[in-house]
Amino acid sequence: MIITKNLYHSYDGKNNIEFPDIHLEKGEKMLLLGQSGSGKTTLLHLLGGLMKSKGGEVNIGQTNLAKLTSSGLDKFRGENIGIIFQKPHFVQSLTVLENLLLTQKLGSSKKNVSEIKSILEKLNMSHKLNAKTKNLSQGEQQRVAIARALVNHPAVILADEPTSALDDKNTEEVIALLEQQASEYNATLIIVTHDTRLKERFEKRIEL
Amino acid sequence: MNLLRLSWKNLMADKLSTLLSLLLFALGVGLISLILLINHQIEDKFEKNLAGIDLVVGAKGSPLQIILCSIFHIDFPTGNIPLKQANGLKRHPLVKKAIDLSLGDSYKGFRIVGTTPDYIQLYEGEVAEGKLWEKTFDVTVGSTVAKNLELKLGDTFHGSHGYAEGMEHDEMDPFRVTGILASNGTVLDQLIFTNKESVWAVHDSHGADSISIDDREITSMFLFFKNRMGNVQLPRMINENTDMQAASPAFEMARLYNMMGQGENLMKLLAIIIMIVSALSIFISLFKSLRSRKYELALMRVSGASPTWLFLLIIFEGIIIAVLGYIIGMIISHGGMQLLSGYLTEEYRYEFSGGIFLPEEGMMFIGAVLIGLIAAIIPAILAFNTNISETLSEG
Repeated sequence: MIITKNLYHSYDGKNNIEFPDIHLEKGEKMLLLGQSGSGKTTLLHLLGGLMKSKGGEVNIGQTNLAKLTSSGLDKFRGENIGIIFQKPHFVQSLTVLENLLLTQKLGSSKKNVSEIKSILEKLNMSHKLNAKTKNLSQGEQQRVAIARALVNHPAVILADEPTSALDDKNTEEVIALLEQQASEYNATLIIVTHDTRLKERFEKRIEL
Repeated sequence: MNLLRLSWKNLMADKLSTLLSLLLFALGVGLISLILLINHQIEDKFEKNLAGIDLVVGAKGSPLQIILCSIFHIDFPTGNIPLKQANGLKRHPLVKKAIDLSLGDSYKGFRIVGTTPDYIQLYEGEVAEGKLWEKTFDVTVGSTVAKNLELKLGDTFHGSHGYAEGMEHDEMDPFRVTGILASNGTVLDQLIFTNKESVWAVHDSHGADSISIDDREITSMFLFFKNRMGNVQLPRMINENTDMQAASPAFEMARLYNMMGQGENLMKLLAIIIMIVSALSIFISLFKSLRSRKYELALMRVSGASPTWLFLLIIFEGIIIAVLGYIIGMIISHGGMQLLSGYLTEEYRYEFSGGIFLPEEGMMFIGAVLIGLIAAIIPAILAFNTNISETLSEG
């Protein structure tokens, strides 16, 4: 599902960061470990199509991201990749439901309120449907971020330090939810983290 | 969740600065539109009432005053001119037609004009009820006069001397209403017509018949020329060789517009400054909100939004304020005009209305949208250039 080959990137044109090749099948889960500055966020941005690499290939399904036009990449990202960030950001003027509806629209999915409700139900967040996102707690915001990553049924879910701002209890819950939902949608999951609490949970690990 | 709705939600998220931008915009639009409306309606009344009059002859004094008094009936006469001299002018070979006017009396604020039915013809007036005046002390009243004073055929009244109520000529025979004119939006509507003899009779102290034709006076006279030579020759001849004053409506009105134009320009300048401040206010509030919204913009990109989508999102925010501001501004100006019309009608006895829309106001709509666009364009370009990866790495 995700295959990278000889991927490298450079911010200043001189110092290259080289990344190990990744090969993940559909539905597989992987942990990407590394200290800050090791380039793990860069790798995640490359995998998510948030920027283009200086060299090498990122293939998601049958698509080589480097071959897409920038508008094609926007569309591909919206439809196939769900990303969860360390600090969840939302469109502040919108409610939880409206944020998720917007994600459906941007990812060219059909408007489907009952789908959104059922995802929020699984994440134990259905009572916050019409809340403004800024009024949610950190743990709640992270759950809505997961809902957003799932709402378009992406083939790939990328999570960037999803637990670093959470306490042990919430960390446990959020990771369990991520795993469970990824399995349910049969999506490939990559979690980038330096959080050692997660280390033992995943069989497949790459250390940068 | 379409683009326009999202723009609207974003505007509503910061109601205070949206309200400020909106208010400034509406104020600027309203002011410009109000100036246009007042101007248009005054000029419209003026043009209608000029009715192709080539020259007005009155007693020596301000020519503008002669025009305002004789044509528009909003100023006082400069004095009287001898009928004999006026009749002399009528025989000039370049004069096609002349209409005499005897002014000086009024009834409850409406002016009484002693003249001939030619005056009614000049403004294409039509009789709604009864007939035009024939005998001395017969009067025909304009539609506004009849409406406001509730005059009917056969009613009688005494005029008062001058233009204020008070000094009634109640020792004389009363005027009798024999006709009411149909409304036609000209000066006819607010005048009371009778013949010259009635005005003379009211003013001659005891015994109207004793004064010979040589001593008769009128207030002023409209002249119509056979060709343009009249306009060249007669004003100079009248002003230099007689003790009468010739006033050219075209020339005096141009002078008046020029004087009004100064104040008008100042008001327009003020309105334009308000518009610029309003555009600046839209720009600043968009720019400010953009900084606090850069993560959500990046996030929308992550979710699949194209740079063009973000660009339009911000542009729409500017345009929504412009369109709403324009609508509110129009409500202010037309509502204001409607309120003002009561006062203006009272003051000048001309009808004004807030229900008239001008083509310029359509042009203003295009202008308003353009201003919204310009105010939003820099923030929109910044949104367009959002670098997803960099922005998200910061946060």
